[in-house]
Amino acid sequence: MAGPFSAVAQRLVADTSVQPKSDRVGLPVTDRAAADASEEAPALRCTGLVKRFGPITAVAGVDLTAERGEIVALLGPSGCGKTTTLRLIAGFEDLDEGTIEIGGRLVATADWCEPPERRRVGMVFQDGALFPHLSVFKNVAFGLPRGNGRDEKVRAALELVGLAGYEERMPYELSGGQQQRVALARALAPTPEVILLDEPFSSLDAELRASVRAEVRQILAEARATAILVTHDQEEALSISDRVAVMWQGRIVQQASPEELYHRPVSREIAVFVGDAQFIPGEARGRRVATELGDLPVHGTAQGPVDVMLRPEGLRLIPATEDQEPNATVLTRLFYGHDQLMTVRLDTGRTLKARLGTYGGIRPGDRVFVSVRGAVLTFPREETT
Amino acid sequence: MLTLRPRAARIAVVARPDSSIEAGQRRSAIPRRRSVSRPPWIVLLPALLVAGLTLVPVAYLLIRASEGGSDLWRLLWRERTAQVLINTAILAVTVAAASSAIAVPLAWLTLRTDLPGRRFWATIAPLPLVIPSFVGALTIVAALGPRGFLQEALEGPFGVERLPEIYGFWGAWLTLTLFTYPYVFLSVRAALRGLDPSLEEAARCLGHGAWRTFFLTTLPQLRPAVIAGALLAALYTISDFGVVTLLRYDAFTREIYVQYRASFDRTLAAALALLLVAFAILLLAFEARMRGRAAYHRLGSGAARRARLVPLGVWRYPALAFCLVIVALSLGLPLGVLGYWLIRTLRRDEAPEGLLIAAQHSITVGAAAAAVTTLAALPVALLVVRYRTRIGRWVERVSYAGYGLPGIVVALAFVFIGARYLTPLYQTLPLLIIAYLVRFLPQAVAAARGSLLQVNPRLEEAARNLGRSPFGAIRSVTLPLAWPGIGAGAALVFLTVMKELPITLLLSPTGYKTLATSVWTSAGSGSYGEAAAPALILVLISAIPTLLLAGRHGGQTPRGDE
Repeated sequence: MAGPFSAVAQRLVADTSVQPKSDRVGLPVTDRAAADASEEAPALRCTGLVKRFGPITAVAGVDLTAERGEIVALLGPSGCGKTTTLRLIAGFEDLDEGTIEIGGRLVATADWCEPPERRRVGMVFQDGALFPHLSVFKNVAFGLPRGNGRDEKVRAALELVGLAGYEERMPYELSGGQQQRVALARALAPTPEVILLDEPFSSLDAELRASVRAEVRQILAEARATAILVTHDQEEALSISDRVAVMWQGRIVQQASPEELYHRPVSREIAVFVGDAQFIPGEARGRRVATELGDLPVHGTAQGPVDVMLRPEGLRLIPATEDQEPNATVLTRLFYGHDQLMTVRLDTGRTLKARLGTYGGIRPGDRVFVSVRGAVLTFPREETT
Repeated sequence: MLTLRPRAARIAVVARPDSSIEAGQRRSAIPRRRSVSRPPWIVLLPALLVAGLTLVPVAYLLIRASEGGSDLWRLLWRERTAQVLINTAILAVTVAAASSAIAVPLAWLTLRTDLPGRRFWATIAPLPLVIPSFVGALTIVAALGPRGFLQEALEGPFGVERLPEIYGFWGAWLTLTLFTYPYVFLSVRAALRGLDPSLEEAARCLGHGAWRTFFLTTLPQLRPAVIAGALLAALYTISDFGVVTLLRYDAFTREIYVQYRASFDRTLAAALALLLVAFAILLLAFEARMRGRAAYHRLGSGAARRARLVPLGVWRYPALAFCLVIVALSLGLPLGVLGYWLIRTLRRDEAPEGLLIAAQHSITVGAAAAAVTTLAALPVALLVVRYRTRIGRWVERVSYAGYGLPGIVVALAFVFIGARYLTPLYQTLPLLIIAYLVRFLPQAVAAARGSLLQVNPRLEEAARNLGRSPFGAIRSVTLPLAWPGIGAGAALVFLTVMKELPITLLLSPTGYKTLATSVWTSAGSGSYGEAAAPALILVLISAIPTLLLAGRHGGQTPRGDE
């Protein structure tokens, strides 16, 4: 196999000599940089992927790249083609157009398709897909050749996911979160070039989801694995990944870091999809825009009639004081504990939502002054609004 | 990073394994999409071969019949043919109707009322399935026929010298009804269990009484299940050979056998057999359609809640009497007669001759047929379940249509083929096993298909992902998981082969006695005592899969036993 003796392999092999745990965790970051530098080709490069099912085009020209060690989230509403994209990469579907390279090696074109078992791709399925007739140990060992330190590799992988000592359990004896971690260990053990995760947290309870998500992020980082995570949950995508690719009707419409995606979405649809967004009209003149909330600084430059995007947490409410004339009235309040969501009516008649910390004493009926934090993003005005 | 382990420990406590596993399994039961990839040759070729083999009898009969040319039409176009056709149709319709009339009340009484001992009745009601119908017919003749037990009992005190004629329509109708109503019962009971009780409660709230509710809400919803079960009973009736032959009713199967035995020109037998197959396939197609609708009704509910039981009041006595009569006739009478004969034979100290050899023969052919049939069913089931291609759908249809091949038709076709082309194989065990394979393939495919469907295709994909070839994934993941179901299918084939009659009768090597043929020849020569021991063994053997199937999934009805 032309694939590199990747960082994960080193990790797993290193684990075979039993070390105190405290030594194992928290490797110097420079290690990662060194590993990256030694490899030039990205772990995964997809160009112009097209997949049709009869008359339906599920994937309509997807370009997607993942650098080594990067976690990329593929985010989109259900039916947008993201799972199909994942299955194309894994080799479960044949490609109609485009190419897929894994670790610099061409694995699929329109005419030729390497079977899944030779692609060096690991997959974590929605429900884990653990083999119910095999123990945890045998599940993880499934992808490893017999002998040659197999047992040690299995132990190392299980230790990595925090399930050392669970070797002889059967899958049905595990909780949902544990099952997902075994699935992850199973996918990581053969040290694949890329790990694909297909909505891996959606079968978990809401309370469990956040903690398993954080763990998976940590495990992937620790194994320095390259991962593609498919999800329809924007919060999940933003919190787990280094980069988010937003997919819409078979195409990738934006690829950016979580911060950039959230604060500078390229369209109003994406703005609304990745978080709460509201729009007010404005008149832009270069670096500033005039709105009913005053003259605001603009990201980049804009001209003419625009819509200004406001995130609820980007608004500030100040109780009316003698210095500051109020410009709005608080209508309702939803108290969540960690924050609260206010609905305010501006004196101009417009209603806006604002998300605040919970230490201010603002209540429905109060007069407040509404202002905007930082520079705002503008979109050319749409006729319909 | 140091927080990893403590957090893991906390999760182990917080998680509720049951609920999350259940959720996972429920999700996996309906895979979102399956790969439409082409099947590998290692699956496709054997599957096509097996499917082709099941087409051989019908194909051969077609050729054989067409050789008759215009003669054939002259032969077929007789009053006699029409008469047989009408006889068969009448028998099928009346048996189906009577079975439903018994089964629907029985299912309702045992599931939705406070009938005393309803669990007991529910367990015992499907049991007549375990009595091979020709054994049942034998005991009916013995009990109700001329010089039978009933007449003897009545002659002394009442001087009754003649009972109504048991031979002919009434005997065949009674026997077949008594031994086929369980098909309807199981079908209806499964549907009734799946019905959402809230619909009935709604009807009660809207001011309807228990009876009106039953007729207005419950029965209409059960209709697909009733019809599907009744069609199964009808299919069984037209395919049955033993009952109509023993009770001398001129139905298709008997006429085919007579034609085959009597004439040198067997074209007519071939043509009649084809007509019967057409008839059977038609019924089967309807049944499949109705079964689909019945399943749809069941799917909607998923009701975990139990329905409130309807109090019967004084009606409980007629209800109990009804259950008692049915069970006494369908179960008590045959078992009683067989037991009586057995005791009488044992008392006379007549060692049942050749019983051990016959049992040994039965086990041998049963085991061989089960192994061969299960092996042949695997590629077919894999193709049908995993690769939804056009070929797969055709293979599925062909293998399902096998249910519509009556035993006598398969037997006849292979007799012709064996005598004509495969003379060295004629009346040898290999040809007998091949005939069993063709006849019982649908059972084995259904079992394998059902258990393969339970295996989440994601598991196979995971195995591929971890470096296994397509075949390797099937071998290391799919087959181990599906094995219990496939094994149960093999057991079912084994047991049904043992009580199969016409194929065994026509294709066994000369002098090769099995349990079923022992019963048959003893019955033919009127030495009922000798039939008792092998017949009882057959009943016991048949009881095993029926109990297993009825116990495990109430909805599944074993088919194609004869």
